[in-house]
Amino acid sequence: MVRLRELASMEDRLVSGHGLCLGCGIPVIMKVVLRATTDPIVIANATGCLEVCTSRFPWTSWRTTWMHSAFENAASTIAGVEAMYKALVRKGKIPKDKKIKFLAIGGDGGTYDIGFQALSGAAERGHDFVYICYDNNVYANTGGQRSAATPLGASATTSPAGSKIPGKMQKRKDLTQIMAAHGIPYVAQASPHRWMDLYNKAKKAFEVDGPAFLNVLTPCPLEWKYDESQGMRIANLAADTCVWPLYEVENGKYKINYFPKEKLPVIKWLEPQGRFRHLFKEENKWLIDEIQKSVDEDWERLQRLAKL
Amino acid sequence: MSKIVTLNGNMAIAEAIRQINPDVVAAYPITPSTSIVETVAQYVADGLIDSEFVCPESEHSAMSVCIGAAAAGGRVTTATASQGLALMWEMLYIAAGLRLPIVAAIVNRALSAPINIHGDHSDTMGARDSGWIQIYSENAQEAYDNFIQAFRIAEHPDVRTPVMVTFDGFIISHSLETMKIEDDEAVKKFVGEYSPVYPLLDTDNPITVGPIDFTDFYFEHKVNQLEGIENAPKVIEEVGKEFGKRFGREYGFFEEYRMDDAEVAILLMSSAAGTAKETVDELRAQGKKVGLIKLRVFRPFPARKLAETLSRLKAVAVLDRATSPGAEGAPLFVETRSALFDYPERPKIINYVYGLGGRDITPEHFHQVYRKLEKIASTGKVDQYYGYLNLRE
Amino acid sequence: MKKAKTLEELKNATWKELPIGTVNPDPANSLKNFTGTWRSGKKPIFKKDTCIHCLFCWVYCPDMAIIVKDGKVLGINYDYCKGCGICEVECPTKPKSIEMVKEEVTLS
Ligand code: SF4
Ligand code: SF4
Repeated sequence: MVRLRELASMEDRLVSGHGLCLGCGIPVIMKVVLRATTDPIVIANATGCLEVCTSRFPWTSWRTTWMHSAFENAASTIAGVEAMYKALVRKGKIPKDKKIKFLAIGGDGGTYDIGFQALSGAAERGHDFVYICYDNNVYANTGGQRSAATPLGASATTSPAGSKIPGKMQKRKDLTQIMAAHGIPYVAQASPHRWMDLYNKAKKAFEVDGPAFLNVLTPCPLEWKYDESQGMRIANLAADTCVWPLYEVENGKYKINYFPKEKLPVIKWLEPQGRFRHLFKEENKWLIDEIQKSVDEDWERLQRLAKL
Repeated sequence: MSKIVTLNGNMAIAEAIRQINPDVVAAYPITPSTSIVETVAQYVADGLIDSEFVCPESEHSAMSVCIGAAAAGGRVTTATASQGLALMWEMLYIAAGLRLPIVAAIVNRALSAPINIHGDHSDTMGARDSGWIQIYSENAQEAYDNFIQAFRIAEHPDVRTPVMVTFDGFIISHSLETMKIEDDEAVKKFVGEYSPVYPLLDTDNPITVGPIDFTDFYFEHKVNQLEGIENAPKVIEEVGKEFGKRFGREYGFFEEYRMDDAEVAILLMSSAAGTAKETVDELRAQGKKVGLIKLRVFRPFPARKLAETLSRLKAVAVLDRATSPGAEGAPLFVETRSALFDYPERPKIINYVYGLGGRDITPEHFHQVYRKLEKIASTGKVDQYYGYLNLRE
Repeated sequence: MKKAKTLEELKNATWKELPIGTVNPDPANSLKNFTGTWRSGKKPIFKKDTCIHCLFCWVYCPDMAIIVKDGKVLGINYDYCKGCGICEVECPTKPKSIEMVKEEVTLS
């Protein structure tokens, strides 16, 4: 079992001085994930908050090799890097024992939506890479538009809560399950607040031979509209309400990594976030019931899958 | 040993890829470039080359894989056409902006709509400002020769800019031709070893590539990028000469065909030059002072050199196999006319669009153009500067 | 042409002096970008007497602003701390070993 003491003694690969918002969940995830291997890492980062806030020329917050090419192609960019590594090892231009890890990072916009095809393709082709989606449920970098990861009922700038329509009327796409359906060696869902779980999952993802996918819930104070000190509390509530169950699919086998002692009602997760505030109006309360129903069903299904 | 063989354009490119054995080939199938990709896949399957062959799920990803692979630090190539090139469009700019010396074979094919699989230049003309060097080929031999030279040009330390080598769909890609394939070792030697610049895989020297620039750096980075293509003419010339020395076929920016004492000429690119040359020969036999210029390098555009050659003529017809909707003529015409602007002595100049969607162009059409040029030369008058060849009007 | 390498050289580079291909060859140089100036009104104070060195504050700080040596928290790096207050919320001790206090903002 890894201890924080050990992690703290390691060097940051994403360093201070970045321009991410105060209270942002992304660097917390990166801090843990980038320590889950001691091998050098080459990163391909999709356009998004992390990319923009860590690479403003002439500054860079990356101590490790990092590349950005476009929004929808982090997976194909890293696939190219990995393909070149394989070619150069085979041709003897890179020593066989030089191990390098290949990591693609995207937000939910760059992963669930515009980058999905590239991710699906790279996973199917079996490149040896890890893809991390920092899922903050919204296009945060462009000012809070709805994505396929925006949950039912949330108000986003392109699914705003109005007097007729109370926010986003569709359920989120379950990308973790979709990636599991690719039959790749490792898929997991994690949360920054459960740092050890996140660390273990990142470690497994780096260690497997072939593609691995991590979907990590990422609190965003700006777009979820909560007090910036509360990010980790809210991430925890997502796990305790089973809105964001923590589980993994290893070679097709499902395993739930966290069962809340007491499964909390979704209202606990909705309440502190401004993006759900409109749901508490009398005329919209039916939607809270819908959300609860949908979360319960998904949680039941996941438990059934874990028992298979 | 070099050998005379019968190949089509796609097979000639596949041969060059076999000889060069690039580190990564990433390509998506599309008519009419598919057989390049299939042949390379077979070479890999048969162990003739040890390239890493990637079959991405789209052309957008194919170019993205090329970009990742080239940034990683090795030699990369791809092939595509038409809609495929259009889907790569976003990534073409990024490949050029990151100064990655990717070489692409583009089999020219019309763009939709309506969908059409035959040759015209609307695909590569759409990419003319993407920052790539563009070299057009008349036949399979030229496609092969240009493709080999392209690596030297793209990878030259002063250039470090991606290159697309193009040839006409079906007319060249699928027509058999007797041509010369050079000796494997000689080609390998000509292309040389790849030396990477800022490779990502050199993880001991970590770098950040593809940053975000605000208003304080974007302009400088763009001008820094342009330096590569601005340095290209010297290198294109040197490489074309050296190729001539090694293999007996020398290349420049354009080919002048019977231009010595010509008074009127046609300027065009790619496969139509073959038919045009026959017409020139016929007219020359009749004592007419006609000539042909076949442009090879469209980007960087050899404006001064071309204008110097054209300025001594009385009339020139520029034949474009693409349109530029809403512009003062098609792309090659606009560039050429602009190049002539600074010359006090300059020819009358007209523009024809031909061959869209693979429409034939025959000697009769070239006769028609030369007749028109002779009339302009004798009267000094242009009644209509823009028209179409072989269109039902 | 000599290419810019360090942050200072890059900052003042002409287009010719920039490394080609948009490369930034100076890793982790944002350590010279002091985001502590972002703090508006509150800052964390570390109280070592009650600290149990669980390092929760270290792992959850989005700005890598908790100074840890040999597994012990030494304090806060105000050069980078943006003042989000996560460290205080996540600190498990009673009373808290990190406390957010009012900070006079001096405009420079
Ligand atoms: S207030 Fe926020 S930024 Fe400052 S040390 Fe605490 S967690 Fe880090
Ligand atoms: S969270 Fe609190 S107790 Fe734990 S190390 Fe930080 S200051 Fe000390």
